[in-house]
Amino acid sequence: MRYQTQKVAYPFFIAALVLFAAQVIFGVVAGAIYVWPNLLSEAMPFHIVRMSHTNLLIVWLLIGFFGATYYLLPEEAETEIYSPNLAYVQLGLFVFAGAAALVGYQFGIHEGREFLEQPLWVKILMTISFLMFLYNGTMTLINGRRTAISVVLMMGLWLAAIFWLFAFYNPANLSLDKMYWWYVIHLWVEGVWGLIMASLLAYLVIKMTGVDREIIEKWLYVIVGLVLFSGLLGTGHHYYWIGLPGYWQPVGSFFSALEVLPLFAMVIFVFYMFWRGSRNHPNKSAILWTLGCAVMAFFGAGVWGFMHTLSFVNYYSHGTQITAAHAHLAFFGAYVMLNLAIFSYALPQLRGKQPYNQVLNMWSFWLMTSGMAFMTFVLTFAGVIQTHMQRVVGQRYMDVQDDLGLFYTMRLGAGVVVAIAVLMYIYAMLGPAREQLPAGAPHLAAGGGVKGNP
Amino acid sequence: MIEGLTRNAARNIFFGGSLFFFLVFIGLTAHSHYYVVTTSTDHAGLTDSVKHGKHIWEQNSCINCHSLLGEGAYFAPELGNVWKRYGGEHSPAGARNALKIWMRIQPTGIEGRRQMPGYDFTEEELDALIDFLEWTSRIDTQGWPPNISG
Ligand code: HEC
Ligand code: HEM
Ligand code: HEM
Ligand SMILES: [Fe+2]
Repeated sequence: MRYQTQKVAYPFFIAALVLFAAQVIFGVVAGAIYVWPNLLSEAMPFHIVRMSHTNLLIVWLLIGFFGATYYLLPEEAETEIYSPNLAYVQLGLFVFAGAAALVGYQFGIHEGREFLEQPLWVKILMTISFLMFLYNGTMTLINGRRTAISVVLMMGLWLAAIFWLFAFYNPANLSLDKMYWWYVIHLWVEGVWGLIMASLLAYLVIKMTGVDREIIEKWLYVIVGLVLFSGLLGTGHHYYWIGLPGYWQPVGSFFSALEVLPLFAMVIFVFYMFWRGSRNHPNKSAILWTLGCAVMAFFGAGVWGFMHTLSFVNYYSHGTQITAAHAHLAFFGAYVMLNLAIFSYALPQLRGKQPYNQVLNMWSFWLMTSGMAFMTFVLTFAGVIQTHMQRVVGQRYMDVQDDLGLFYTMRLGAGVVVAIAVLMYIYAMLGPAREQLPAGAPHLAAGGGVKGNP
Repeated sequence: MIEGLTRNAARNIFFGGSLFFFLVFIGLTAHSHYYVVTTSTDHAGLTDSVKHGKHIWEQNSCINCHSLLGEGAYFAPELGNVWKRYGGEHSPAGARNALKIWMRIQPTGIEGRRQMPGYDFTEEELDALIDFLEWTSRIDTQGWPPNISG
């Protein structure tokens, strides 16, 4: 850690990890209700559990991105964070808003659009906090050196905030409501968050491989170009059946199919750079999460996304367990693993230690990743059967669900494994630190950049 | 693959191309907005009751159990076409009545069956909710869902 104010990131990472644990626990409860349908049906009905699960996910991912930005901006901009105090206030506000929403949900206080259930005043607080963050980051950037990584990252965050404003627009016409709703949901995860993902991966790769910045930044621009060229019109894959014109079927199918390209490019990018890089970085767990992120994002978003994105497939699979399967692996691969990679890389430096508890961390990687993969497989099987029985044969929804019990039980099992892995990860990162350097490389320091390539 | 490309060229392609696709996207959604208002939905038929129904739908977050036009949760039946499933096209009064009864007898409390919460909606609120579902069932969805099961 070369700049004092990088330590601002520490409380962000802790908050994110605590909320991550809560998110997964709500997920397990939701999975349990699928298996034992009478569970909590009065005290905490399924819809409350589900909105808690998904909202916690979004909130902790954003807090992780904020923290990551505060961590890398000083190094990239070669200057201290504009105002550390503003960062702490902003974090407090965001956590307060998120926690207030979560508590309110348990008492039935919520709005009613999926993922945007936060009451109006919570949305406003989150917007204020987000703007404070953007101000702080942008001022830091203005005061310092502007690199491709920091510019693309801040651009992604700015655009995320701008598209978020559509959360405040809720037309009475349901088709319009849905059309603009996707401005937030799709344009986030398959648009501007792609800029965040690519730039954070590029940062990790520069730090851990020592490959020339010039080369990495060129790749970065190519990747984010592919993200937006495909992802903007790719929104059309949500516009097939909600009352919008028929031309979205060819347009959405074509462009969303191209969304696989940037995801594939990211896999090639990280593997090529680690292969080419000369540097034997001691933080093996951070390397593992970085490579894993690109790979699992490619499978979850790219392969599982492509599986149901063409309009003639989506006609049958739309809104089935296939969607749930894809949603889980995509979010996990692209954004959960991205955050966990950053935490694994940065926390040792924030705590002033050499990489620690690496073995436990890597065990949690394999356990969590296999758990999510297994969950995705069983949901995919369930979804294929559901699609066939309900959409092709025409059986009633509830009758079909009765036949899927085995898959839901297996999903719950996978979910419990994931929850255990998450607790292992948190313990490895925040618990007592046992330094574990790979044999033969104890002299390598984890922090800082490579000589001549800051 | 990208040996011939310089970083600055890559950057310019990124900014220029993104702006281009963004403008195309905005153009197409603007047209889609127009299409929704004039063609695919009964925009003029958005009565106060339909709007109120949509509000009740949101206040109770039915979307976190049900899907509506295929979007939402996957825990309970699709409701975009529930009006048709209840025979509303042929006998509106019968469908309205059946839906009201359905809402009133929740939760079923049946052991081992998924539960829907009970709501104590007034008669007027139930009518609004059903007006909203009826309005929704008339959106031109390009032929989705494939069959009445939703
Ligand atoms: C906690 C989850 C949950 C919530 C919230 C919920 N429902 Fe349901 N709903 C269900 C389940 C489960 C069924 C199927 C029950 C059965 O068949 O026994 C169902 C069935 C229905 C049906 C009958 C569908 C059919 O095809 O027969 C209608 C209509 C309905 N719900 C309307 C609503 C409305 C309107 C709301 C919001 C005010 C709502 N539901 C909120 C879980 C929920
Ligand atoms: C990181 C990237 C991605 C994330 C986090 C993600 C996440 C999600 C989520 C959460 C949903 C469900 C939304 C809802 O509740 O209705 C969804 C739906 C969908 N996604 Fe993705 N996705 C990603 C990338 C992709 C890609 C690259 C493709 C295509 C190649 C794709 C294709 C689809 C399609 C077609 C649907 C609609 C499913 C349906 O009709 O029910 N996604 N995605
Ligand atoms: C890091 C891990 C996880 C991520 C990123 C994640 C993400 C998500 C997302 C994005 C949705 C909304 C899906 C959609 O709208 O299509 C969702 C719903 C859900 N998740 Fe998770 N989740 C995770 C872990 C878990 C775990 C461990 C379980 C436990 C079994 C679980 C169970 C569920 C259930 C039951 C739903 C509701 C699906 C439905 O509507 O039927 N999740 N999750
Ligand atoms: Fe999408």
